[in-house]
Amino acid sequence: MSQAAKPKLAIYWAASCGGCEISILAINEKILDVAAAFDIVFWPCAADGKVHDVEKMADGSIDVCLFNGGIRTSEQEYMAQLMRRKSKVLVAFGSCASEGCIPGLGNMNTREEIFDEVYTKSPATENPQGIRPQQETNMPEGKLHLPMFYDTLKTLGQTVDVDYYLPGCPPEADNIWKAVTAIVSGQLPPKGATIGVNTTVCDECSRKRTEKKIKAFKRTWEILPDAETCLLEQGLLCCGIATRAGCGALCPQVNSPCIGCHGANEGVEDFGSRMMTGLASVIDSQDHEEIDRIIAQGIPDPIGTFYRFSLASSLMRRKKKPADSAPASH
Amino acid sequence: MAEKVGIYVCHCGSNIAGMVDVEEVAKWAGANIPDVVVSRDYKFMCSSLGQQMIEDDIKKEGLTRVVVGACSPHLHEKTFRRACSNAGMNPYLCQMTNLREHVSWVAVDRSAATLKAKALVSASAERVKMQKPLEPMSVKVNPATLVIGGGIAGLQATLELADAGYHVYLVEREPSIGGHMAQFDKTFPTLDCSACILTPKMSEVGQHENVTMMTYAEVEEVSGSVGEFTVKIRKRARYVEYAPCTGCGICIEKCPQKVVDTVFEAGLGYRKAIYTPFPQAVPRVPVIDVDNCRWFKQQKCKVCQKLCPTNAINYDQQDEVVEIKVGNIIAATGWKMFESKGLPQYGYGRLANVFTSLEFERLCNSAGPTNGKIVLRDGKTEPKSVAIIHCVGSRDTNHNEYCSGICCMASLKFGHLVLEKTNAEVYSFYIDMRANQKGYEEFYQRLLAEGMNFVRGKVAEITDAARKPSEEGKLIIQCEDTLQGRQRRIPVDMVVLMGALEPQADAKETGLKLGISCSMAGWYTERHPKLDPVATMTDGVFVAGVCQGPKDIPASVAQGAAAAARVMGMITKGTVTIEPIVASVTEEECSGCKICNTMCPYNAIEFDAAKEVSHVITALCKGCGTCVAACPAGAITGAHFNNQQIFAEIEGILWDAKPQAEPVSA
Repeated sequence: MSQAAKPKLAIYWAASCGGCEISILAINEKILDVAAAFDIVFWPCAADGKVHDVEKMADGSIDVCLFNGGIRTSEQEYMAQLMRRKSKVLVAFGSCASEGCIPGLGNMNTREEIFDEVYTKSPATENPQGIRPQQETNMPEGKLHLPMFYDTLKTLGQTVDVDYYLPGCPPEADNIWKAVTAIVSGQLPPKGATIGVNTTVCDECSRKRTEKKIKAFKRTWEILPDAETCLLEQGLLCCGIATRAGCGALCPQVNSPCIGCHGANEGVEDFGSRMMTGLASVIDSQDHEEIDRIIAQGIPDPIGTFYRFSLASSLMRRKKKPADSAPASH
Repeated sequence: MAEKVGIYVCHCGSNIAGMVDVEEVAKWAGANIPDVVVSRDYKFMCSSLGQQMIEDDIKKEGLTRVVVGACSPHLHEKTFRRACSNAGMNPYLCQMTNLREHVSWVAVDRSAATLKAKALVSASAERVKMQKPLEPMSVKVNPATLVIGGGIAGLQATLELADAGYHVYLVEREPSIGGHMAQFDKTFPTLDCSACILTPKMSEVGQHENVTMMTYAEVEEVSGSVGEFTVKIRKRARYVEYAPCTGCGICIEKCPQKVVDTVFEAGLGYRKAIYTPFPQAVPRVPVIDVDNCRWFKQQKCKVCQKLCPTNAINYDQQDEVVEIKVGNIIAATGWKMFESKGLPQYGYGRLANVFTSLEFERLCNSAGPTNGKIVLRDGKTEPKSVAIIHCVGSRDTNHNEYCSGICCMASLKFGHLVLEKTNAEVYSFYIDMRANQKGYEEFYQRLLAEGMNFVRGKVAEITDAARKPSEEGKLIIQCEDTLQGRQRRIPVDMVVLMGALEPQADAKETGLKLGISCSMAGWYTERHPKLDPVATMTDGVFVAGVCQGPKDIPASVAQGAAAAARVMGMITKGTVTIEPIVASVTEEECSGCKICNTMCPYNAIEFDAAKEVSHVITALCKGCGTCVAACPAGAITGAHFNNQQIFAEIEGILWDAKPQAEPVSA
């Protein structure tokens, strides 16, 4: 196959931890197959490349772009728009791009609160002059620019048109390979689909399940779970009931409850509300005070529990901002 | 292809048009809602002309969806679905918008009401486009019926059905059927003997070939739905075997343990530890009260077992749970008496000669503890004056706001009996005299003529603290006489408190088992207060008698017969149509997590162990949506209420919401 005939691949990284990039490399020697099958035209994490190189490419000239990370800054927003324009197929790769993930939990605060914490309050910060990032700074050498930090983290899909979603934090190597081969062979699901299975983690979990009645939710450090029984039935807050399968139930198989990184099942609008109605249905009490106690003791951080991965893409999207912080345009 | 939506806005005379600009709503909908091809307003959409309008438009304009903005779907959903059906459209593609109960009747501002009407019509229009054609299902009706409660309403219903040739299971909590009516002496206003008219019905039920009577038994669990309910009934152990017992009564006669009878004799008389509540009890098979029986308490005695000529006594008998299948259920669970101690100012329990109305019934009853003599608590002294206090616990915002309905007439009956049996003066303390049924006003006039004294006013207090010599040793009624406009103190020997009728203590619990709801006061809610008084919102469950609200014997009997007639209608028809609005599991998306398995109030969810998925038994599903909400995988869909439809409805209602500036800012 000549170099020119290979489909062009780009991989980009916005507001995320970098795990997605590593997971691509974790397909091990198959990365050579990827390299053989694709012409990797832009992958700043692994290969040298400049934005202006991409800007010069013809629109739609990249065949597939795997885009990981959410959109928090004006630069990321620009890159999302650029990659969209240049790519035939744009894949929201992993939880951050798909649903906001951990960076999306920042939507529980305003920009000012985040800056206060990072540049003033955090114990590790030494900033007596109270310096904050400025979009423009005049220096003797000229004007310096920083991207704008937005109040709200958006998903890739809330920013630009996305063709496919690949779930996981990060996506598992097998699933990446399946997705890539599906794209190469043209065996693609309908646009907008999540590439994966349409059932939940319980389907892939070998633990024994019975009808559930829960008297108390336990934190992982509070019990030594037995290896046979459903973790939720043992009181551990396992999100496997609501989380899209495809991971092979990795966490529950090693005694650790599912935390929901694959996001909601097909057709579900809001992962957290599904979890909450599901759990509310099996709390074994009719007494209001007891129910309040079970919830308060067992679920001290509802947002972090039910919206750990999906706050930015949930029906709520973010915490309501105080009335005086009127949204400025960007 | 885009749907073609027809919108019809009803004036409902001036009911809607008086508060909502219906012409404007129709005009606006036609101009602004996408895919609307016809939009009209009309005086009465439910009239035959209104329905015809819809049918004609479906045929001429090729409508594929219809929205009717009118009253509550409870009233006319069937009407408009039928109209659509007549014109060849699937009836489930018709959606009603409630512009009356939800808008005009509750609004005070015409322009705001009109705006709300637009939003609701828009919501329905967006929703109806997402609706899918559904086909109703048909279920066979089991011809057997369960009647719960063996009081006069339940007995009437039982006999109507049994005489018509249908099998009835009659379940009664007490050891005998008969209910409260068996405790009474006379019935108003005709003064015929209560027992004389009741006991023939009781024995007819007891001997009827089409009746399976279960006394001393309670409904434990109800599953299934109209046409085929499965009911579990707990028959409490009587410790007397049913078959061999001849009801000879030797065991009762010889039982050495006397017990105060707080149920049938209202605490005024005694029964034995082995007993039937009263001599004409049906069945005549006694029960042993284990809390008082010497054998059960001290393992001594066994007199009843030794003397029973047919060896029917069995101290080892256990409760038995039987399962029956019925097509319909009639709840005739009756009432309980207001606890008069709840009004301490009337002194019941503290002042010996204050009686409840049930106690007084027993005093008057010739088969009662005093053989029908009206005497004071000492058991011998005839009162020289008797006060009857109305509305004790009724028409009282501190207790029950409702009128108990029967007490005025019962008071007149008591007045008559006192005047007939004693030389006493009788006073009635009433708020309003309610004598509004056949022969009732005439009875009131008769008592006026017989010399009963009537004082219009609510009694403040009953006391034994005398202020003057003439009050010594008497009970003094302190009351405002609102006709004379002055405070009065009337000394009497005896007081009768006409306590309120209250719902059974477990009415709500029983309602939950049957899937029927209670009013705020606790009476079972009928399907329609005027037009459907014995049906409930749960198909196949009917109500009769006082459990639906206070009423007298004739009304209870009428309801018992009416409920039976409704059931016979169902049986004769043979099948019932069930709404296709049910839940279903998408097997591919179900992971078998079993969250939903215990949720269903109708036991309609089954776990398929082979496939490791849950599934919904359609015939049992009532479409309540509990499992749909519970499913964490979103694998259960409620037909007619899927996400797409609900989100479309929300978007429709927010038609005028401006898209907010993105919450992104810097």
